[in-house]
Amino acid sequence: MIEILDPGPFASIQDRGRPGFASVGVPRSGAFDRGAFELANRLVGNARGAACVEFTLGGLMLAVQHAVTVALTGAEAPGLDWGVAISLPAGARVRFGTPSRGLRSYLAVRGGIDTPAELESRSTDTLSGLGPRPLAAGDRLRVGISVSADVLGAAATPQRMRALRVVAGPRDEWVIGDVVEALTSASWVLGADSDRIGLRLDGARLDRRAGGGELASEPTLPGAVQLPPDGRPIIFGPDAPVTGGYPVVAVVRRTDMDIAAQLRPGDPVVFTG
Amino acid sequence: MKFLPYGDTGVLVEAEEAIDVLALRAVALSVPGVVDAVPAARTLLVEFDPRRTSARHLAALLEVGDPNAAAAPVPDEITMRVRYDGADLEEVAAETRLSAAEVVERHCDATYLVAFGGFAPGFAYLTGLDPRLRVARLDRPRTSVPGGAVAIAGEYTGIYPRPSPGGWRLLGTVDATVWDTDRQPPALLQPGMRVRFVAT
Repeated sequence: MIEILDPGPFASIQDRGRPGFASVGVPRSGAFDRGAFELANRLVGNARGAACVEFTLGGLMLAVQHAVTVALTGAEAPGLDWGVAISLPAGARVRFGTPSRGLRSYLAVRGGIDTPAELESRSTDTLSGLGPRPLAAGDRLRVGISVSADVLGAAATPQRMRALRVVAGPRDEWVIGDVVEALTSASWVLGADSDRIGLRLDGARLDRRAGGGELASEPTLPGAVQLPPDGRPIIFGPDAPVTGGYPVVAVVRRTDMDIAAQLRPGDPVVFTG
Repeated sequence: MKFLPYGDTGVLVEAEEAIDVLALRAVALSVPGVVDAVPAARTLLVEFDPRRTSARHLAALLEVGDPNAAAAPVPDEITMRVRYDGADLEEVAAETRLSAAEVVERHCDATYLVAFGGFAPGFAYLTGLDPRLRVARLDRPRTSVPGGAVAIAGEYTGIYPRPSPGGWRLLGTVDATVWDTDRQPPALLQPGMRVRFVAT
């Protein structure tokens, strides 16, 4: 059992989410930084996709009732060595500080977090409310017993921040000029109102072509760069709605969403073609 | 048919109308490497594993695939019993210059197609609404619509799966559980199904 003493700014349980239910209106959800999430599980020898704690901007404080093996990946929140399996004795407390860069950290526990699943997933869906609510002080999380491998000894290397690769379309005709050119040449900053539903970009505007009328509702994917009438692009996150009415003018490559997951409010957002 | 890029793991297919989108979906879901195929009003988003297939390959398959053949199985039809006690029934009647009874009759006369989902888990957009019943959404959405509320807006009708905010015009209520995550499948209304309403 793991007790949450303080969730910090925002923490939730995440696994691979709910793929396959989008046609009945269910967001994909799941860990925002998939690479960091899978790495954390690998380090402690968990089955792929075991539920972890995803916490934002450090601040998480917890106590373990029994001895457990854990691993921290994603943003390097001080408190535990990063990228390596660590044994915690019964009764141990861990308090994470604020990472100097990056936003989302992942804490895997050997055996996985074994809270009740909803639609085959333990993920908190912040848009539709499926799965458990976000973590709060006093929450007690059961640790599962399912493992698939030995604990991995080697430390991993942190992911480097780099530009987000975007693919133009499907509705790039809604932007005046070349959308990739427009995204790469402007200076963008991640807005403070960004969350797991969407990353909101500040700093510049994308000029929407006048007289476009209204677009019928279209299916969306995480990574979609949606352009509302105010010209302020939104990059869809894992909890984004599965259909939407604003044009998607470009899409961030799937693997680069791991980079996007680590952008902090105020960070520059750099695109590349 | 038009194929538009959607990042490195998706392709967006444009079709004429909802029924074509659903026929394409049936074809797409049978292709190895396709992870999901999500319909919306006039487009289908085919999500694929780029290690197993490609947008170009999928476009070629969907282009030649006979959507009518894939759609051939008779779709499930479900009849839903509705109490036409909605808060907006009289207003919709006034706006469409029909009596409330005529609004109900027209709403019950049609056979609807479950076209796509969105807005909330289990919420389905049903096409086939009598054109005479097309009304705009509320200017100011309600902060809370009860679960089971049957509503209309634009070319669609739908059922609120659980209490939520909402701007559609309320015609009535169903007792059926539209959404239950402990049920298999959780959504009563699946894309491709046919729906009829009967007044109780």
